[in-house]
Order: sequence, then structure tokens, then C-alpha cells
Amino acid sequence: MIRFLLARLLSAVPVLFVVSVVTFGLMWLVPGDISAELGGTDATAADLEAIRQRLGLDRPLWERALAWYGALLQGDLGYSYLLNRPVAEAVFERLPVTLSLAGLSLLLATVMGVLLGILAAVRHNTWVDRGATVVALIGLSTPDFWFGIVLIILFGVWLGWLPTGGFVPLSEDPVGWARSMVLPAFTLALTQMGVIARMTRSSMLDVLGQDYVRTARAKGMRRGTVIFRHALRNAMIPIVTVVGVITGVLLSGAVVIEQVYSLPGVGRLIIGAIQRRDFPVVQGGLLVTACVFVFVNIVVDLLYGWFDPRVRDAR
Amino acid sequence: MPADAAHAAAASLGAEIARARWRRRRQFAARLFGHPSFLIGFAILAAFVATAVLAPCIAPYGPTRINYRAILAPPSAAHWFGTDGFGRDILSRVVWGTRVSLEIGVSVVLLTGIFGTLLGTAASYVRPLDGPIMRFLDGLMAFPGVLLAIGLAAALGPSATNATIALTVAFTPRTARVVRASVMVVQEMQYIEAAHAVGAGHGRIVVRYILANALSPLIVQLTFVFAVAIIAEAVLSFLGVGPPPPAPSLGNIIADGRSYVQEAWWIAVFPGVVIAVAVLGLNLMGDGLRDVIDPRQRRLRHGA
Repeated sequence: MIRFLLARLLSAVPVLFVVSVVTFGLMWLVPGDISAELGGTDATAADLEAIRQRLGLDRPLWERALAWYGALLQGDLGYSYLLNRPVAEAVFERLPVTLSLAGLSLLLATVMGVLLGILAAVRHNTWVDRGATVVALIGLSTPDFWFGIVLIILFGVWLGWLPTGGFVPLSEDPVGWARSMVLPAFTLALTQMGVIARMTRSSMLDVLGQDYVRTARAKGMRRGTVIFRHALRNAMIPIVTVVGVITGVLLSGAVVIEQVYSLPGVGRLIIGAIQRRDFPVVQGGLLVTACVFVFVNIVVDLLYGWFDPRVRDAR
Repeated sequence: MPADAAHAAAASLGAEIARARWRRRRQFAARLFGHPSFLIGFAILAAFVATAVLAPCIAPYGPTRINYRAILAPPSAAHWFGTDGFGRDILSRVVWGTRVSLEIGVSVVLLTGIFGTLLGTAASYVRPLDGPIMRFLDGLMAFPGVLLAIGLAAALGPSATNATIALTVAFTPRTARVVRASVMVVQEMQYIEAAHAVGAGHGRIVVRYILANALSPLIVQLTFVFAVAIIAEAVLSFLGVGPPPPAPSLGNIIADGRSYVQEAWWIAVFPGVVIAVAVLGLNLMGDGLRDVIDPRQRRLRHGA
């Protein structure tokens, strides 16, 4: 298991390298004089020169890249002139909101999706099955940010049950926090639940047809025990794969949903920075989010090994 | 003369092959249009395309025409989808907005198809390129969802062209993977070995023999890319890094609507319904295509 873990961690190194190259390249794609953009309208010529020097725009590309990587390896993501603070500080301050939103919706989507999928597989070819398929397709086709706005209109404006936006920190008021998170989390979960349900259904259908499931039932085991202890565990691998893919969708979905519900996460930080053309913050935010996703993928691979020992022994 | 007989035999064989090919195509089309999800999806897509192409004839008002006497008017006979804060007719804006979605969607599908095929085939057919290409694509795929497209579009600046470039970069890696997987299977086939043996060149083998037999998964994949591209374009517009206002796109109408949720729900709701229906159509078409082309491949699908 430890060897498997190490191999998996090592394979993330080239991926992270490409991620960093792409993020560094973004800055280079920006047309025009970036120092003018960063300095704002009231910057003097001397200010701009200082920014250029600080960013190293007066030096050749390879020197800049070297300096950027040197800083990066020490956890320094650069400095935002518009926020007047280090980028890393701003990003990591906002990260918990994004992660809790993505995590909460992942949990909701997985639980609801797996249950719906099991139900569809057990009631194969009935109206339950067809209903689950339709729900899955509609979820897959609905833009999540729009669905968020529809939920705001429904529950925030017409029914008045929940706030239409804004955020209350968990430490200040747990109930207020839950109220501000429930709509965003459900928005993301409901659009992604269908994908998990589809995969669970087809994976469970495969497994439920196996001999050992029939044997377990024949020797008098309870139906629920067979479904959850025998069948589900063996149906988990494809489900875990989909959950891994969905985590990426949810992470970027969270970035957009934060904008819809005015939640102070990394997403709003990035979007705000885009509007102010504060590129170090855009870079830092993207880089950190991508690293989170790479880490999630490692966890998913480890879960394979846990659900199916053959995977880790094969390495 | 034996040569004449041989010619005649070759000609009749050629005609026979052409007939068989024609018959197979007809059978394929019949199976495709006999598949209910493909048929429904195709009808939806056709309606969407017709709306976009005929926008000038369908839209009752100019998409940017300001009318201060009908500000934030709810849906009515004069304005089916209501009006926005400038009194612009939402139905007309939505109809014109489908053009942007279609243009960007089609361009992204074509470009993703081209680059995905080039990269995927190169990775599979030219062994030494496999490692570098795949590691590079893995790195691009490490950016979750449309986040890479958001970053790229932000760096390049808001425009339809830049949105197309950004979405192409974001969706090409997964498409290239699909092509690579399918080329890998085909290039090990015996008839490819036979083609090598009779002295066919690499270009001919790749285009005529490998790609011709490896592209059906790509076509299925591209239907889903089309669907995701329409949603992603709306996301970019919503965040202000897509095609800029005042020209309407489905995403920026929804963005306008976000500020009016209290007093005018119709601004945000209608364009979203149009996106959802169009994307549903594409997903249905993709499901149908996949069932008909390759029933085994029902498992994993896009998650771009």
C-alpha cells in the first residue's frame, strides 16, 4: 500500500509541472502592457517602473520563469498590488469557503446519486428506473449557475425561506452559515447527482447479475444486506471514478456558484481579480484550485486500492 | 480477351461494393432515426439551428432596441418573455443569443475535433510522442472543469474568438484521449499489418485505414463536447469573460437577470430554459448515436 501511495504521489509531479507552466503562461498571454493594468489609472511612470522591476518584466523570459518557480517552491504566489497583500494569503483565506461548498455538494450529490442509482437498478425497467434516468439527463443538461438563480427566485424571493445571497461564517453563527450554504450546495448537488445515479445504476445492474449475489440471497441473507454489503462494495469502482471526475466539475462549479450567491470564496476572488485585471491573483487562484484537484485525484486512486485490492497489487 | 473479362469482373465487383456501401449507409440512417432519443435530440437541435439561422425573421424586435416605455415589463402578448431594465425584448435577445451559442459551439466542436484527432493519433501512432503528449494533456486536465477556460478567456480578453480558443484548449485533452484509445485498438488490427506488408505509406495507412475505422467514438464524444461547450460559453458570458454586451448571448442575458431577481424573474429564467433544452437535445442525440454506433461503450462519458 505504501509503495502504491508513493508511486501515485510521484506521478503527480509531471502533472503539477505542466499546471505551473500553463499558469505561468497565462500571464504571458495577456495582451498589452501588464504593468499599466496592474498599476491602475493613477500610477506614475516611476510606479510603473517599480512594478515592472518587481515583476521582472525588464528581464528575459527564462529569468522571470526561474524567479517565479523559485518563489513558488517557497509557497510564494506573488503580490497583489490591488489588494495590497501577498496572493497566497488572499487565496488561502478564501479557500475554506470554496472547499466547504464543493465538499458539501459532493457529499449531497454522492449520497443522493448512489441511493437513486441503487433504487433504479433494484427496480430495473419500472417507472422508478425511467424517472431516475430522466432526472439524471435533466440535471446533466441544466447550467448550474442558472439553476442557482432559479432556486434564488423560488426560495429566496417568492417563498422567502432562505437568503438570496451573502455569507455568514460558521464560527459566528452555525445556523446562519447553514442557511447561506444550503441553496448553493443543493444547486451544485442536484445538477451532478444524475451523473452519479446513472453510473451507480449501470454498475449495480452488472453486479446484481453475478452468481455470488444470487448465492447470498439463496442462503437467506436479507435483501438490504446483500445490496449494501455485497453488491454495492463491488460496484464502487466505476462510481468512485465518476465521483472523482465530478469533484473537478464541482470545484469549478463552486467558483461560478459563489458568484451567483455572493459567497466569499476563491471563485469570487478570481472573478473579481479578472474584472480588475489583477493577474497575479488570477494565477494564484487557478494554481491552488488545480493543485486541490490533483490531490483529490490521488485520493480517488487510493480509494480504488481500498475498494479493490487487485488495483494496488498490480503496481 | 481475358483482360476484358478481368476488367468487367472488376467493374461489377466495384459496383457491388458501392451498392453494399449504400445499403449499409441506409440501414445505419434507419437505425439512427429509429432510435427515439436520437430522433428527439435531432428534432431539438434542428429547431435550435433554425432559430439561430432565421433570427432576423423570427425576432419580433431588434435585440438591442431600447424602449423606455416598457421597462421590466412582465411576459405579455407584446413581449412573450418580458423585457429587461432597458425595455429590450427578452424573446428577441434570446433568439439572437442562440446565434452566439451556435457559432461558438460549432467552432469549438470543429477545432476540438481537429486538434483532438491530430494529438490523439500522433500519440498512439508515433510511439516516442506518446509520453510527452499525454503528460501535457494530463496537465491541462488537472484544471478542474471549465476553470482553465475561465483563466484563458480572462487573460486573452472578452470576445467570441477568445472564448472559442479557451474552450477548445479546455476540451481538446479529453477528446484526444478518446481518439488515442480508439486508434490504439485499430492500429493493432491485422488489416493494418496487411497494409504495411503491401507497402502502403504511413499517411495512407493513418488516413484511409486507421482513422476511417477509429472515428466513431470521436463523433459521439463531439456531440457531448457540443453540449458542454454551449453551457461553458454561457458560464464565460455570465462571468463577463465571454462575448461582451450589448450584443446578446444566452449567458449575458442571464447575468443581466441576476441583478433583477427581486423584480423581474423572466430575464434570467427564459434564456436558461433555452440552454437547458438545447443541451438536453444534444445529450439525447449523443446517447442515441452511442447506442447505435457502439453499444459496448455505454460506460464512461464526458465530464469536461
